[in-house]
Amino acid sequence: MVKAILPAVRALIVLTLLVGVIYPLLVTVGGQVFFAREANGSLIEVDGIIVGSELVGQQSDDPRYFWWRPSAVDYMQGSNLEALGSSGATNYGVTNETLDTLVTERQTAFVDANDLPDSVDVPAEMLFASGSGLDPHISPAAARLQIDRVAEARDLDREQVADLVERYVEKPQLGFLGEPRVNVLRLNIALDALE
Amino acid sequence: METKARPLFDGPIVRRAVVEALWKLDPRTMLKNPVMFVVEVGAAMTTVIVIDNLISGPTDDLSFNLQIALWLWFTVAFANFAEAMAEGRGKAQADALRKTRTQMMARKLIGRIDGKEEQIPATQLKPGDLVVCEAGDQIPGDGEVVEGVASVDESAITGESAPVIRESGGDRSAVTGGTRVLSDRIVVRITSEQGNTFLDRMIALVEGAQRQKTPNEIALTILLSGLTIIFLLVVVSLRAFVQYSEAEAGQVGETAATIPILIALLVCLIPTTIGGLLSAIGISGMDRMIQRNVLATSGRAVEAAGDVDVLLLDKTGTITLGNRMATSFISADGVGLERLADAAQLSSLADETPEGRSIVVLAKKQFNIRERDMTHLQAEFVPFSAQTRMSGVNFPGANGGPTHQIRKGAADAIQRYVGEQGGRFPDSVHSIVDKIARTGGTPLVVAENDRVLGVIELKDIVKGGIKERFAQLRAMGIRTIMITGDNPLTAAAIAAEAGVDDFMAEATPEDKLKRIRKEQANGHLVAMTGDGTNDAPALAQSDVGVAMNTGTQAAREAGNMVDLDSDPTKLIEVVEIGKQLLMTRGALTTFSVANDVAKYFAILPALFASLYALNSNESGPLADLNIMQLSSPQSAILSAIIFNALVIIALIPLALRGVGYQAMGAAAVLRRNLLIFGLGGLIVPFVGIKLIDVLVSLLGLA
Amino acid sequence: MGTLEFVQIGVYLVLLILCVPLLGGYMAKVFVGDKTLLTPIIRPLENGLYRLIGTNPNDEQNWQQYTFALLAFNILGFIILFLLQLFQGVLPLNPAKLPSVEPLLAFNTATSFMTNTNWQAYGGETTVSYLTQMMGLNVQNFVSAATGIAVVIAMTRGLARRSGETIGNFWVDLVRSTLYILLPLSLILAVLLVSQGVVQNFDDYVPATTLSGESQLLPQGPAASQIAIKQLGTNGGGFFNTNSTHPYENPTPLSNFLEMFAILLIPAALTYTYGKMVGSVRQGWVIFAAMLILFIVGLSIMLVSEYQHNSVYDVTGVMEGKETRHGITNSMLWGAATTAASNGSVNAMHSSFAPLTGGIALLNIMLGEIIFGGVGAGLYGMLIFVILTVFLAGLMVGRTPEYLGKKIEAREVKLAITAILLPSASILLFSALASVTDAGLDSRTNMGPHGLTEILYGFSSGAGNNGSAFAGLDASTPFYTILIGIAIWIGRFGIILPALAIAGSMVKKRVAPPSPGTFPTDTPLFIILLISVILIVGALTFFPALSLGPIVEHLLMDAGQTF
Repeated sequence: MVKAILPAVRALIVLTLLVGVIYPLLVTVGGQVFFAREANGSLIEVDGIIVGSELVGQQSDDPRYFWWRPSAVDYMQGSNLEALGSSGATNYGVTNETLDTLVTERQTAFVDANDLPDSVDVPAEMLFASGSGLDPHISPAAARLQIDRVAEARDLDREQVADLVERYVEKPQLGFLGEPRVNVLRLNIALDALE
Repeated sequence: METKARPLFDGPIVRRAVVEALWKLDPRTMLKNPVMFVVEVGAAMTTVIVIDNLISGPTDDLSFNLQIALWLWFTVAFANFAEAMAEGRGKAQADALRKTRTQMMARKLIGRIDGKEEQIPATQLKPGDLVVCEAGDQIPGDGEVVEGVASVDESAITGESAPVIRESGGDRSAVTGGTRVLSDRIVVRITSEQGNTFLDRMIALVEGAQRQKTPNEIALTILLSGLTIIFLLVVVSLRAFVQYSEAEAGQVGETAATIPILIALLVCLIPTTIGGLLSAIGISGMDRMIQRNVLATSGRAVEAAGDVDVLLLDKTGTITLGNRMATSFISADGVGLERLADAAQLSSLADETPEGRSIVVLAKKQFNIRERDMTHLQAEFVPFSAQTRMSGVNFPGANGGPTHQIRKGAADAIQRYVGEQGGRFPDSVHSIVDKIARTGGTPLVVAENDRVLGVIELKDIVKGGIKERFAQLRAMGIRTIMITGDNPLTAAAIAAEAGVDDFMAEATPEDKLKRIRKEQANGHLVAMTGDGTNDAPALAQSDVGVAMNTGTQAAREAGNMVDLDSDPTKLIEVVEIGKQLLMTRGALTTFSVANDVAKYFAILPALFASLYALNSNESGPLADLNIMQLSSPQSAILSAIIFNALVIIALIPLALRGVGYQAMGAAAVLRRNLLIFGLGGLIVPFVGIKLIDVLVSLLGLA
Repeated sequence: MGTLEFVQIGVYLVLLILCVPLLGGYMAKVFVGDKTLLTPIIRPLENGLYRLIGTNPNDEQNWQQYTFALLAFNILGFIILFLLQLFQGVLPLNPAKLPSVEPLLAFNTATSFMTNTNWQAYGGETTVSYLTQMMGLNVQNFVSAATGIAVVIAMTRGLARRSGETIGNFWVDLVRSTLYILLPLSLILAVLLVSQGVVQNFDDYVPATTLSGESQLLPQGPAASQIAIKQLGTNGGGFFNTNSTHPYENPTPLSNFLEMFAILLIPAALTYTYGKMVGSVRQGWVIFAAMLILFIVGLSIMLVSEYQHNSVYDVTGVMEGKETRHGITNSMLWGAATTAASNGSVNAMHSSFAPLTGGIALLNIMLGEIIFGGVGAGLYGMLIFVILTVFLAGLMVGRTPEYLGKKIEAREVKLAITAILLPSASILLFSALASVTDAGLDSRTNMGPHGLTEILYGFSSGAGNNGSAFAGLDASTPFYTILIGIAIWIGRFGIILPALAIAGSMVKKRVAPPSPGTFPTDTPLFIILLISVILIVGALTFFPALSLGPIVEHLLMDAGQTF
């Protein structure tokens, strides 16, 4: 019995070293050497301060910024660093009453905030929370609907803001992968730089 | 046995089966069939609920629950009826057999030498005892003739009225208890224990009394039990899910998911069709063998017959007609054909062998040479002997001339003979002989005194239609191997003519055994027929060994089937019956499982009809699943359960007769059966349930 | 859906089909012991590993010995992972200073990773330390996948060998799967993922000051190395709580494509390996075709259902739980792949899918994780269905059913039906229990039919060793951690043990040479037959439950009803 179990013990130790230590270290070395920025979280610094990651969205209700999507975890953002939770989603089903209420509220809020006609089709991502709660993107349509508000709040020329938005529209990767989208953090930072 | 023409539904058999079906409701009997046992438990539970309904005052559900309970009992009874029908057909035969096994007395020999006898009841005979049977006596037990020869009436066993010869030594020494000696006197050594004689076993077999589940049947039963457990879980968990949904919809207790309805659902889902017919299929497989006068010692053997993919067939009697026949005369240079024919005929007049007869017939046919009277010619017949290996005739020459000595025989024998007479064996005859041998014929050279007249060609005559039969077998993936004692050259020619896949020439019983082992080692299953004692090892080794009833006791013991007609060609039918048995099981299993789809669409919408309905008088969203547009939830459930019960009855003929069988490759058979039983199994219940629903609502049953 | 959407799906499927013979052929060589491109580099390492383990690679095991080695190795791995979690608080490599894991949760997580399930009752970045991730979860990611491959290779040998006793050496199969297949592919994929922005470091979490002046704590860690194997090994356990919806786990459409491709790559290619090893590539393609057809049909229903106009919100294309960069189509493709393949990683939240979309995801799992299925596990599960199909339909040609020339008899039928029965039983019974007890009901986020689907999905995911969730269900309660933990054990070893036992009984059987009378298992008709049996057995088992979950929810949604 013991003799039969011994190989299991040895195999587990050897394989733990191989795939649990050597393998991640190899990937870390490779990543850090070739793709240091990406391997470390694609952080964005403005004036020496880390303002976030290019890949992680944020929360804002400041009319001067383009807004991100609704988030179940408020983009892990808050005043108390210790109390920030993890990424997360609502996991509401489509027949969930709460979701129904939330969507109606968000619809009204978005239309009101951006002073849009009632008939406007609010892009779905602005009504529904993302899966990670950290979605850094919105659709170009959702960005365009916010142009007037942002331009007004910043006292900028509408065209100027609109141009900026178009410049930040990302096409599908390699020409066919994914959806066209706007990285809101990068757009907002560019917006700040505009002033 | 006069079984061949018996109708499927024979009055007395049906009556007996109805009674049997009720007796079989005994739960201890039912336990052998897990699927139907579950149905019976369900029926009992529903009955208890009905009784409870009655006691605690009539409820709305009473008549409905009662109908469910009744139909559940019918379902069990129908399945039992199917089994009883299959058994009943066997029992009728068994009864006929039993009549022959009256209280027999045996004349036991006490001393071999002095021939002293004593009368004892046949039941007290032990193996090794010697008994005497004379004309009119019934043979008291299975045994071997050790002395004498007699004609025996075996019609009790074989149904064949013509008496057969049984004699000591050789391959026709076995006698069967219950048969009757018609003439002469024989001494028989008893070989089998009383109660285990051929007749006893035959009765047991046809009765199905000792029927054991075959390997394949066991595997299928496991599968069906597995499915039954799954559906049991489905229905049990469904009760919980319904409770959940009722609570969420604010309709606690409002759906139709009562215990009787859930039981009805369960019974509809578990494979009752095949579960109910499974044993009937097995029994009727044996029955079909018996109707063709083949006795299989076990169901396992019948099943194995379906798996066989190599047939070892004896040439003589199976592939060719019993004997070689003369087909042509070829004269030597300078000899007229007619002269040859004349000499050949003369030499064969007294030759009673089939070959000899065929020569006379050919001479008459080709040259109209009539039979002559041997005594008139003062002819003297020279019979075939192992030394000379010739036969012939001597008669005095006309006008006192030299004696005519006509001889026919194998080329080398005649050559020697002619040489002794100072004659010469012409080269041209040599080449004729070689040519005939090469093409599978047997050359018989005819000489008169020192002169070689020519050659008679004898040929094996391949049975009509046998080539097509082999082609069919090949399409089914079965290889045929011809076994013959002929030389390879002859064998090859006949093999080619008959269209067998392979042949064994100059085969000894040991060769046969070796060949069987070799085929088996390569993964093949082998069937063969045999009758002689020296066939016994090969019969035992083969997967399906069909012994001829005329054969020796050793052969009959070694094989796992006995052909009462002793017709070696029947091996092919045996294989077909085996295949048909397996096919019927597969087809009905497929049909049974495919049926479930329609039953779901009948019962689930009925069960959930009002669930999540916005108003209490409206139907809920799941009523959309009622694609058959059944008239009401109750009618839907009742229709499904009625269909489920009736389909068992409807398929009894199929189970007893077996599915239609055609010799085709597996791919074609599969396509055909899938279309009929798979697709049919999907569609038929939709139609059937709808029809029953129309009827049920017309009659106002629900 | 636009053209681009179809192009993405098309490219995905075509690339997959192209890779099947390439990788499949390579894997066949690896397990037969033939020389491959990587042999010169890996062989010395491989031999060293055998010495360290103490096994002679030429010593083969019979099925009992093989099973014993497998169980010993897996249970030991379970114990170590369990202990790692219990003591992570006092162990190094814990920059976030996470406390030790609760015992029940640790049991559930250890079970789940040892069995290739990777059900996450825990939240990645807030529960487990880097040490636990690397030396515990990550190790099990590799070896549980390798175990699955080993089992299917052993089963393949059982079916392919002409007759004998042994079905291979577990240690050899384990080492070869790891060294030749999982490790090289993971290395490549991990580096590619880093290039797309998947983090790979040992840093502390990074605090950021957001544009609105608030704090945001950006998690870090050796993510890429783990994500590569969790996709390739059909493990699916995320480095972060929200798995591959998390931008650090799956930052770009390209990373999404690569991760999605990695899900099906090995399970699909193994069908070809199987064909090669049984000596008929067609036999492998037939199984692949059945899987592909089921996959495409499922995917199509998911797409149609998700793109359907939603009358509750008057919206076409509900984005709840989905990421903008992936959109609906890629969420569906991932959803189909991850549920078909017992992967369990998600790039969108399944609970928020349209009812029928979620229903298909659920059915994919319920069918037994055999549409590609888990690495190795999918194929051995499928082979069990093949055996069942051959038995059911094979009788119809009038012979004792044979597969690859070997007879299917009572013992194999018993084992096959057990393997199908056990997971189904645990799904149905545990869900039934949960749906009528407070302990089960209290964990729901969603009410109405969706709540039932949450419960069904949880137990299906466990029993199917999938690991994805209708995550509204709070599975961290003792009720669910224990019951789902048990379902996972049943779902894993309730199939592995019968599969190995089948290998053991089949390997001894003589092979009957094929003839026109043999039931053909390499034809289009057999594909249809196999699919029918899977659907009928699966659908008949779960249709009542599904009709009270996703199906009725779909109908109610159309009527605009919410709960």
